[in-house]
Amino acid sequence: MISRVAKGGLTLAAIAAVCTTLVAATYRLTSERIAANERAWLEQSLAPALGGGDYEGSLTESRLVLEPPHGLPGKDDAIIYRAYSGGAPVAALFAVTARGGYAGPIRILVGVDVERTVTGVRILEHRETPGLGDGIEASRSDWVRQFDGRSLGDPPVAAWQLRVDGGEFDQLTGASVTPRAVLKAVRETLLYFDAHQEEIFDMPATAETR
Amino acid sequence: MTSGQLAERMQAGLWRENPGLVQLLGLCPLLAVTSTFVNGLGLGVATLSVLTCSNVLVSATRRWILAEIRVPIYVLIIASLVTCTELIFKAWFPALDRSLGIFIPLIVTNCAIVARAEVFASRNGIVSSLFDGLGMGAGFALLLMAIGFFRELVGRGSIFAEFDKLLGGDPLGGLVVVDGGWLLAVLPPGAFFSLALAIALKNYLDGRREAAHAT
Repeated sequence: MISRVAKGGLTLAAIAAVCTTLVAATYRLTSERIAANERAWLEQSLAPALGGGDYEGSLTESRLVLEPPHGLPGKDDAIIYRAYSGGAPVAALFAVTARGGYAGPIRILVGVDVERTVTGVRILEHRETPGLGDGIEASRSDWVRQFDGRSLGDPPVAAWQLRVDGGEFDQLTGASVTPRAVLKAVRETLLYFDAHQEEIFDMPATAETR
Repeated sequence: MTSGQLAERMQAGLWRENPGLVQLLGLCPLLAVTSTFVNGLGLGVATLSVLTCSNVLVSATRRWILAEIRVPIYVLIIASLVTCTELIFKAWFPALDRSLGIFIPLIVTNCAIVARAEVFASRNGIVSSLFDGLGMGAGFALLLMAIGFFRELVGRGSIFAEFDKLLGGDPLGGLVVVDGGWLLAVLPPGAFFSLALAIALKNYLDGRREAAHAT
């Protein structure tokens, strides 16, 4: 007669084995679809910041991951996606973190072409107040679209501020903290691009496992 | 088990012992995700399927499980089912999964599920546990949908917005009743107010029915 403890242990082991098999089987069934979904989602969220510019190949394959300190906004990894056409650089997309928002970090995507003009800015992730700060989302208001086609000469660097701060960019009704944080990150990204444009396009892509 | 008893189990889950309205279990996801109808529907269906499967599995294995190790086994079963549900959502409803975020994996901690395993499924047959799971799960899901519908209507002025999260394709605005809405309803306090209104409504209806019986 086996002891109660041994019986309990065996039951637990048997059920653990069954449950693990169940999870493993589901994983095998879904893993390909999940990976495809994630790639599609990434490309789909990158495209608007490129402003419809033409490029060849996959943006995700040209991914460059910079660990802090990297000189770009934010204290976590900055990711740069590079777009090429016929081997020549076309534009770069920067996924960086804006600090100083109302509720935690705001992850934004800044697209800059080789002429150093902004192709588009999009918000990837944020926790700003619904109805106020979330106006930075392209689906909620046109606020982020005011960066399209601007560069550090247009307006001059000193005027890359909100109107309330004496600059040339609009704030959002009822919210200036969130737009200020995003604007600052865009400005710093453009300054970084100015200083490092050549190396950004020459560096080899970061391996996929990262 | 007679069909009358099965109907009685369903009725208990949907109304008399509704996990959200009466037992007040699983309130964290209930309050957090119900800003739209689609979110409520998504989390409701996920919880319903986990609850039903866990009830059936716990009931099926109840004869071999010693009382001392029943809780780790419930946790194991529920955690595996939730992981599978999460993978299925990620594979087939990626947009809904992004919108529900952490609350899909957090179904593990929904006390409504472990409570049904302990209180009902471990003491009853498979068929009645199945119906108990369906009833309780449906009761929870319907409450999530009702609160999601109400908060979305009051807070954003729309009905059934963002159905593209389920169906895929282009973003859908739903039926716009009025432009904009009373913001408070989609903020966290709105969730508490909505739940309070739902509980008050249920108590009012029950009270009126009792009064009608008494006279």
